[in-house]
Formats: sequence, structure tokens, C-alpha cells
Amino acid sequence: MLSKKQARAFFLGGTLVTFLVFIGLTVYSLSKSQDQSNSENITESVVRGKKIWEENNCMGCHTILGEGAYYAPELTKVIDRLNLKYDGQGEDIIKSILMSQVPWQPNGRKMVAYSMTEQEAEDMIAFFEWIGGIDLNGFDRIVSPLAKDKISN
Amino acid sequence: MKYKSQKVAYWFFALSMLLLVLQITYGFIMGFARVGFDNLHEIIPFNTARAVHTNLLVVWLLSGFMGAAYYIIPEEAQRELVSVKWAYVQLISLAVVGVVAIVGYHFNYWEGRKFLEIPRPLDFLVVANVLLFLGLILTTLFKGKRKTTTALVLSMGLLFAALLYLPGMLPFDSQVTDSFFRWWVVHLWVEGVWELIMGGILSFLLIKLTGVDREVIEKWLYVIVGLTFLSGVLGTGHHYYYIGVNKIWLIVGGIFSALEPLAFLAMALFAVNMYRKGEKKHPNKLALYWTLGAAIVSFVGAGLLGFAHTLPQTNLYTHGTLVTAMHGHLAFWGAYGMIVLAIISYALPNLTGRKLYQSTRGRAAFWLSNIGMIGMTVAFGVAGVAQVYLERKFGMDFMQVQGEIGIHFVVLILCAIIFTTGIVLYIIDFYKHGKPNDEALEQAID
Repeated sequence: MLSKKQARAFFLGGTLVTFLVFIGLTVYSLSKSQDQSNSENITESVVRGKKIWEENNCMGCHTILGEGAYYAPELTKVIDRLNLKYDGQGEDIIKSILMSQVPWQPNGRKMVAYSMTEQEAEDMIAFFEWIGGIDLNGFDRIVSPLAKDKISN
Repeated sequence: MKYKSQKVAYWFFALSMLLLVLQITYGFIMGFARVGFDNLHEIIPFNTARAVHTNLLVVWLLSGFMGAAYYIIPEEAQRELVSVKWAYVQLISLAVVGVVAIVGYHFNYWEGRKFLEIPRPLDFLVVANVLLFLGLILTTLFKGKRKTTTALVLSMGLLFAALLYLPGMLPFDSQVTDSFFRWWVVHLWVEGVWELIMGGILSFLLIKLTGVDREVIEKWLYVIVGLTFLSGVLGTGHHYYYIGVNKIWLIVGGIFSALEPLAFLAMALFAVNMYRKGEKKHPNKLALYWTLGAAIVSFVGAGLLGFAHTLPQTNLYTHGTLVTAMHGHLAFWGAYGMIVLAIISYALPNLTGRKLYQSTRGRAAFWLSNIGMIGMTVAFGVAGVAQVYLERKFGMDFMQVQGEIGIHFVVLILCAIIFTTGIVLYIIDFYKHGKPNDEALEQAID
């Protein structure tokens, strides 16, 4: 039967080994050679966009990279989706929503009117463009192959 | 209660209950917004309510954990706390930082990083507060007459929780790296070191309530926390599948997070077995309800419901949907909410000398809150699965889908009312116990 000493050794040994492996994998997956996020494309405008994203807690309603609050649409590849739906007008639509003085209310669900400047709205676009270029290992808003075929046709 | 200084725990528990009520209030604001009653939008938009709801969860649980430590450590170390005065300073500063953060969220003073919305300047105050807490607890422990495994595991959990807060404070320009290290805090807290805290409290309660030999309970405690880290650390990978990092996490995260339910299963089996094995008939049945309840519900909420969407093939569909909210609610409730309510139920009669553990109100609080939370979980689950089918499989537009699943939020609100009734009854019981006092010292039932 397992003794208390052996149980402690299992806990301490297991923890140490998995932590070391975890740190090793972290270093490996964040190394330059494994980069999937096109980090060389992170311009000053993208960084400003990220800052605006955080300062307004956009993640408190929307999701990005699948992370957020599920109250408002996923914004990864949002420009592509709006371009497809509105004949290439994606960027203009996003800018008008962000710069609007009046709250945007799609289907009655309210969004705060952020009244952004043109520069701020462009920084947000730059941020979304960079996000849209990240290799997400196959994740998309629409996942099923059948639905994808339906949309593209 | 064996030591006068344990009384400080009462005030941490009281703060914890106050914050829980506020958390539920903001939950209702979000629930009503989802069914179209967004009348508070001008002052409390959804993103504010959401940040307040999740941050209050973290703070009421932390306050409960701290109260638990102030109650358990003196008893385990067999000595008074090294300083009661500084413990009260820590309590007040925790409340002040919490209130400033929550009020700030209403004025766009936040960071907009899910679960870690507290702005950096306040982060440093959080760190100072936690250092003071750890200083008091660890000094008491090391000056004590004995250093039990229960006390060591609990303290280790609290110490690691503090250390793991730091990666979340690192600034990154890349959303991907930012998210990567945010999970070091959030995941390694809730699926790692917080389980040590839960294990420590559970072990203390089982020793007291069942009368099973400490050596046996603590041996299994090591096995459980061993399983937790063995699966949970590399299980962090399940947050890395689709955020823009290497595919290796699909394999590592998939395998190890699939093993995570084992730790919770072990915890549930352990608690039930110790209860069966124990010959002690402790009169505080309510504390026993909450203790066994925590072990069992955490297995269902954190273990089974976590497993339901942790494999990469499933998560590809459920990532970023309400399925996560389904798992999140029952997991937090079972693993952490219930264990805090368990230690409060055990400690209150001993702190105040009023033994209300036969009350019907107390039992109703247990059943109503659990039935309500299970109902809420089902409502989130149905909404989440419908969202996955309509949006991810049939390609419907997000807002259209939200219209289709609106009815499930009506059910959610109804179940939340049942849950809240349970919590209100629990808090009435808390209030009826009265204040902690020194006379309770002689009357405590071990």
C-alpha cells in the first residue's frame, strides 16, 4: 500500500517534471521559428489598436481569437466577413461604427458609442487586419466543411 | 475555535458574502440584457457588468480562501496568529482595492483582459496585499508547534497563487503572447493552485467532520494534488489550441486536459469514502453537506463538463461559444464556491458559539442554490450547443443566432432566481449566527 512519503514524492516529482516540460514547451512554441502570428507585421498602429481594444474592454462583449464574452460577434477575420457580405465595404463599415456618436444597435442589442477619431478607428482596423492574418490551426467562426461550402457558393 | 485570533476569519467571510451578493446582482444585469432588457446600458453596459461579475467572483472566493486560512492555520499550527492587527489591515486594504477596481470599471478604468481587468497600478496594490497576507500566514505556520500536511498544502496553494499573478502583469504588444501568459494566471489558478487550496480546506474539514485518521486523509491529499498538477499544468494547452500558437499544444493540451477529470474524480471518491469510513458523528451536518457537495459537484462541473469540450476536435466547434459559460458556472460553483460555503458553515458556529446547524433554512439554502445552479448550467449548455449548431455548422449570422437562443436566457434567469433564493437563505443564516466572540472559545465543537 502507498505510504504518505511515497504520495508526497509523487506530488513533488510529478509537479516538478510537468512544470519543467511546460516551461520547455512555452519557450519552444514562442520561439521565432515557430511564430504563427506574423509578429513582424505588428506595426505601431497595431499596438495602438490593441491598446484601444484593452482600454475599452471590447473583450467584455465581443470575442477575439475565440476569447471574450459571447455577447457580441467574434471579431477575428471580421474585415473579410464584412467585405464578403457588403461588397468590399468591410473597413468603412467598421470605421463608421467605431466613429459613430450614436449607439449602434444591431437587432436591438446595444453597443457603447465610442466616438473614436479617424486615427483611432484606423488603428483598430490595423489591429483587426493583423489578427486576421494569424494561423489559428483551423479555427474559424464557421467550422463545418458543409457550411463553408454553402457560404463560398 | 481554539484561538482568539481566528475571529478575524469571520470578517473575511462577511466580506466574501457581501461580494457574492454583488456578483449575483451583476449577473442578473447581464441576464436581463441578453433577453432585451438592457435599461441600465448607459451606466452599466454589458462589458462593465461582465468585468464586475467575474472579478467579484475572484475576489469573494479569495476573501473566502483568506478567511479559511486565518481560521485553519492557527488551529493546525497550534498557536495564535502572529498579528491580528495586521490581519485587519489586510482585510481593509483588500476591500478598498476591490471597491476601487469595481468602481473604476464603471468609468473605463480597466485593462480589458478577460478575468484580469484590474489596471496595472492597482495590480501592485493587490500584490502588496497578498504579500502581507502570506507573511502573516507563513510566519504563523513556521512559528507554530506543528506543520501539518493540510496546512502546508493550503499555504503552498496560496503562495503559488500569488506568484502566478505576476505573469499576468507582463506587458506584450502581441495579442497572442498576451493571451498566452494571461492563461498562466487564469488556468494555472483555477485548474492548478486553487485546487491545492480547495484540497487543503477539504482535508481540514474531513479530518474535523469524519474523524478519520489525519495520516490517511493527508496521504490521499498528496495523491489528489499530485494528479491535479500532473494533468493540470500541461492541460493549460487546451487554451492554446486556436489562439495562434504551435500545433504541439493540440496534442499536449488534448492528452493532459483529458486527464484533468481524474483529479476531481479522486477528490469526490476520497471525500465520499472518508465520510463512509468515519465513525465520528459530528453534529454540524450542514458543513458535511457542503463539503461532500463541493467534492461531487466539482467533479461534475469542472471534471465532466470540462472534459465535454476539452478535446481539440470538439473545442474547434465550441471555442468562443456559450458552452464555455456552461462549464465555467458549475465548475466555479462546485470547486470553489461550495468549498468556501463549506468552511464558513463549519467555522461560524465555532466562531460565534451559536449552533444553528439543524436549521431547515440552512438545508434549504444548500438544495435551492444547487438546484438553481444546475438549472443555470443546463440553460447555458442548451444555448451553447444550439449556438454551435446554428453558427458553426449551419453558418448563421451571430446576431440571428442570439435571437434564436434568447429563450434559454429566460430559463437561465428563472433558475438564477432559485439559486439566489438559496444564497439569500444562506446569508440570513450567516447573519443569525451573530458576531464572533471570546465566549465561543469554550463552546467550540472540534
